Amino acid sequence: MLRDSDRIFTNLYGFHDWHLKGAMARGDWNGTKDILAKGRDWIIEEMKNSGLRGRGGAGFPTGVKWSFMPKTEGPRPHYLVINADEGEPGTCKDREMMRFDPHKLIEGALIACFAIGAHAAYIYIRGEFVREAEHLNIAIDEARAAGLLGPNACGSGWDCEVYVHRGAGAYICGEESALIESLEGKKGQPRLKPPFPAGVGLYGCPTTVNNVESIAVAPTILRRGAAWFAGLGKPNNTGTKVFCISGHVNTPCNVEEEMGIPLKELIEKHAGGVRGGWDNLLAVIPGGSSVPMLTKQQCEEVTMDFDALRAMRSGLGTAAVMVMDKSTDLVRAIHRLSRFYWHESCGQCTPCREGTGWMSRMMGRMVTGDAELSEIDLLEEISRQIEGHTICALGDAAAWPIQGLIRAFRPEMERRILDRQAKTQAA
Amino acid sequence: MSNHSYEPESFAFTPEYLEKAKAFIAKYPAGRQQSAVMPLLDLAQRQEGWVSRAAMEVIAEMLDMAPIRVEEVATFYTMYNRKPVGTFHVQVCTNLPCMLRGSDDVVAAAKATLGVEFGDMTGDGKFTLSEVECLGACVNAPMMQINDDYYEDLTAESTKAVLEAFKRGETPKPGPQNGRQFSCPAGGPTALTELKFEGGKA
Repeated sequence: MLRDSDRIFTNLYGFHDWHLKGAMARGDWNGTKDILAKGRDWIIEEMKNSGLRGRGGAGFPTGVKWSFMPKTEGPRPHYLVINADEGEPGTCKDREMMRFDPHKLIEGALIACFAIGAHAAYIYIRGEFVREAEHLNIAIDEARAAGLLGPNACGSGWDCEVYVHRGAGAYICGEESALIESLEGKKGQPRLKPPFPAGVGLYGCPTTVNNVESIAVAPTILRRGAAWFAGLGKPNNTGTKVFCISGHVNTPCNVEEEMGIPLKELIEKHAGGVRGGWDNLLAVIPGGSSVPMLTKQQCEEVTMDFDALRAMRSGLGTAAVMVMDKSTDLVRAIHRLSRFYWHESCGQCTPCREGTGWMSRMMGRMVTGDAELSEIDLLEEISRQIEGHTICALGDAAAWPIQGLIRAFRPEMERRILDRQAKTQAA
Repeated sequence: MSNHSYEPESFAFTPEYLEKAKAFIAKYPAGRQQSAVMPLLDLAQRQEGWVSRAAMEVIAEMLDMAPIRVEEVATFYTMYNRKPVGTFHVQVCTNLPCMLRGSDDVVAAAKATLGVEFGDMTGDGKFTLSEVECLGACVNAPMMQINDDYYEDLTAESTKAVLEAFKRGETPKPGPQNGRQFSCPAGGPTALTELKFEGGKA
């Protein structure tokens, strides 16, 4: 188990003062000027060496992403955009970081801005997080008043402003190019890539988009060294990660643990175990609603990291672990997710706009068994027609939970259909 | 044609809200004032409770946008109410993590306590009840949002208690309704138990 001294988010539960004074007592803003003095290349190299992979779901190496930005500022300014549009069902980690450790994010924003040559960062926070946005704004004001942010931030000679921009209820804005569109004052519909944001992003300027957690861990990594972070976790899956454990566990919670912790250990040590005991486990969705579920047998062995979960044809995603015990109506559960994706499809690409509706309606009939057996294959086929045929990954995310259900629990779907048919015949 | 009789003839920001609007516009680079459309729509909604056509026209004028572009934004995002809502907008999450922890019971209790279905406003104009997608408080499920605050770790009983308190004109304490500390495991932390900091408790 991760030692407390290796935990980054030391106020995850809000036991301590989140204001500047409390944050500084926990080590935030300590020697920031010295970090910046080591220069842009050192910072990016150190981030690469730490092995940090983006914490928003895709797992792209953060240092590598920063290195994609132009080395010198041309006529177009550079921007840092922090994705705080946390809305992946099951995920509630960025919220705690923003309301109880806001200074980690603000300090990280300054360092990242410096590293990518930006003088402005926008934190795009989901609109419903009104209180969290208030904390961020207060933290920004505190940092500015103390000279840590603003002109000549921390006495580094670098000018840096951080702004908070609230969204207004659109899951799709968590997709980085939709987020940029939204920040520009438009509907949040994803852009075709390429060009990627590092070339053409916010206002057509070079832009880096990072998740809250990726930015908030950066100052600690740079203070303690890449080797420290890389020494935690597993090769290619380094460091610590905040996991959100929800659903049928005795004590749902957020907890920061080492990457690569066995799923079973995570659930039993921190979430009080599965409700009714481990043998009452039915399935787990390990990384937010967009990744396929794992069966109990898979849960026995799997470790919580990008590569191990990928090897099981699932994913770490946002590390939001949704636990379902044997009382769960799995078909209904996946139908609920299908309804979510239908609701959140931005309507731009036909396969997703139309397909998410088809899948949701078919899944609705699968719940009651009001279908033909052949429709299971048809549903799978539709999901394959959506997957990979849309501008962004929402189509894939809508398809995968259904594919996961069919792969792991097809007999249950067939049973419902046969039961329903038998009842109809009897009547 | 649908009935738009609730649409007012005109809209104007109050001086206080106008100042806030200007502060938002200043957060974006010169010539990029369109970026402020979302915060301005939010301000209009905070002032009036919802976003009227007249408000959208005023915002379009302020940001030098075509009114249709403002309307596109106002209708794309679910948080903008395009018709009046109650003083208290009760939004219940029914997405999977909440469903697993009993949001069916929360929904039933909310409907019974308020006497309305999803999408409806109570006769006295005090409450509107809505079903919403994941609000990002999944380890504190099931939950609902009432105006700007989250009420978490709900049961049928605590849902009723919170709503009854609002009915009486009280504002119950937001956050977990079962006494736990935010997203810490109920019964006490399994991590962060050894560190001591100066600066005291929150």
